[in-house]
Amino acid sequence: MTASSMGSAPVAGVVVPPRTLSLDLRAIKVVVQRDLIRTYQDRTRFISQLIQPVLFLFVLGSGLSSLTGSATGPIDLRTFMFPGILATSTLFTAMFSAMSIVWDREFGFLREMLVAPVRRSSIILGKALAGATIATAQGSIVLILGAFVHVPFTSGLVVTLVAEVFLLSFTLTAFGLAIVARITQVQTVMGLMQMLLLPLSFLSGALYPLSNLPTWLSIVVRFNPLTYAVHPVRTAVFAQLTLPDAVRQRLNPPLTWFGWDVPTGLQLGLVFAMGAALMLVAIRQFQKVE
Amino acid sequence: MNAVEVRGLKKSYGQVEAVRGVDFEVRTGETFGFLGPNGAGKSTTIKILCTLAKATGGSATVAGFDVTKQRDQVRRHIGLVFQDTTLDTYLTAELNLRFHAELYGMPRDLVAPRLEQVLKMVGLWDRKDSKVLTFSGGMKRRLEIARGLMHSPRVLFLDEPTVGLDPQTRASIWEYIHELRQQEEITIFLTTHYMDEAEHCDRIAIMDNGGLVALDTPAALKASVGTDRVTIQTADDEEALRRLPDAIQTGEGIVLSVPDGEGYVPKLFAELGVPITSVSISKPSLDDVFLSYTGRTIRDSEVNPGMPAFFAAMRR
Repeated sequence: MTASSMGSAPVAGVVVPPRTLSLDLRAIKVVVQRDLIRTYQDRTRFISQLIQPVLFLFVLGSGLSSLTGSATGPIDLRTFMFPGILATSTLFTAMFSAMSIVWDREFGFLREMLVAPVRRSSIILGKALAGATIATAQGSIVLILGAFVHVPFTSGLVVTLVAEVFLLSFTLTAFGLAIVARITQVQTVMGLMQMLLLPLSFLSGALYPLSNLPTWLSIVVRFNPLTYAVHPVRTAVFAQLTLPDAVRQRLNPPLTWFGWDVPTGLQLGLVFAMGAALMLVAIRQFQKVE
Repeated sequence: MNAVEVRGLKKSYGQVEAVRGVDFEVRTGETFGFLGPNGAGKSTTIKILCTLAKATGGSATVAGFDVTKQRDQVRRHIGLVFQDTTLDTYLTAELNLRFHAELYGMPRDLVAPRLEQVLKMVGLWDRKDSKVLTFSGGMKRRLEIARGLMHSPRVLFLDEPTVGLDPQTRASIWEYIHELRQQEEITIFLTTHYMDEAEHCDRIAIMDNGGLVALDTPAALKASVGTDRVTIQTADDEEALRRLPDAIQTGEGIVLSVPDGEGYVPKLFAELGVPITSVSISKPSLDDVFLSYTGRTIRDSEVNPGMPAFFAAMRR
């Protein structure tokens, strides 16, 4: 290395822009961009996460169909299961995206972000948006599977479902971040996820209708945030089906609180409010570290 | 203005006082070595200076900004190279630097020329499109130094910049650091376990037990521990020893401790009266300095298994 090979550019002057919104937006953008690049590079993982919905839909769904027979009336059991499977796969992808922050910590890059002159909340918000984007992309692919199980797609339904999946995945990534923000070891978080993911999906009404449940289960289900995301998705799909009232009542009964029908708008509002609250929790947790 | 000013700095973790009222300053443009055994409070002090930990007492400024009240200003004016890599090894070298520029809010038109400049400085310009995981340990460290310089910091903190590297790579890292000092108006604050490397510093501070025990130039510190060692071999050691009551016989010959070796040897030749067959003078090394101020050699302290748990936890 000789002096002549040095660039001739002058020493960059230290320009210290005051903290502005645009600076934080740049930071958020970087966090999102990096996660998207990493996901694109790790396509194997992205694709392997699609195996689960395929298994649920075509293997479990087809197998159970022979058992349930005419219990689902005129519709395919797999059509019924589709909204739940869409939500469940979103849950898995979003939570795994949130987990990446633990990897970042263990492999050091998180520190690079933490010592930069940016708000911690920008880092967390960036992570949540990245998780939401990745999970929505995944959800869009799962939507294609729906075409094979008689989901009556219209362009309106597709837009509704994608929007709902985005909202859901943002909230779920925020949930994941709130849980993992202070965890420093990948092994710990793996165990934790194992413990959380299946109960969350089993207790959400993703795989069975909310009608005729035992009392304890119907109470637990109403406390599970995922329920309020699965239900609007299923309602949107069922709105496109022509069904006898009795079947509709059994397979997609209204979600009620003490007998009061909770409107879909309120359910989605709840999901959003939970997302916002969980973001705040995640940010606070994250700020406590050190 | 000094690059770093520390006044009565304190930090305790519960009952444990990690830093007990430390005062020092680092002058603008100097290379400042910060040494001490593990658990001496060295890492804690650096963490406070880099705004990664809050002091429980005293104050400190870096590049003229208060480390507690003006955190963002401090962060924007310092570059950090940690002992453990914080590169994203799945990304290319260029992307690591670009993301860094974004996080530090660098003006967009400065990013491309600066990127080229720092990558050329560390000799990685032709590898900018390679993923970092294909890099050797030395290349990664050089890339981290380049990244630390990307936003033109006024003070560059290097935590053990050469640890775990082979001697050749260590030497080349030091070459970059020297070059850097000529290219940029920058103050370098570094820690190292290699005493021979501490010689590269303009001034050295030694910390022990949460306090500063020494602070001076390497030459002055070596002078302060005193004596040169003069080793001679003679035709008749017995006779020589009789005439030199303070000398001791070792496997290497007869050893004398004297304040000024160079001045002493001519006198020895003239006055000893026993033929001298060889002579060597050794100056005190920084190892001797470290030993005399901390009671340990730096290698003893490096492999200290009894490092307190809280300290290990802080390294995260």
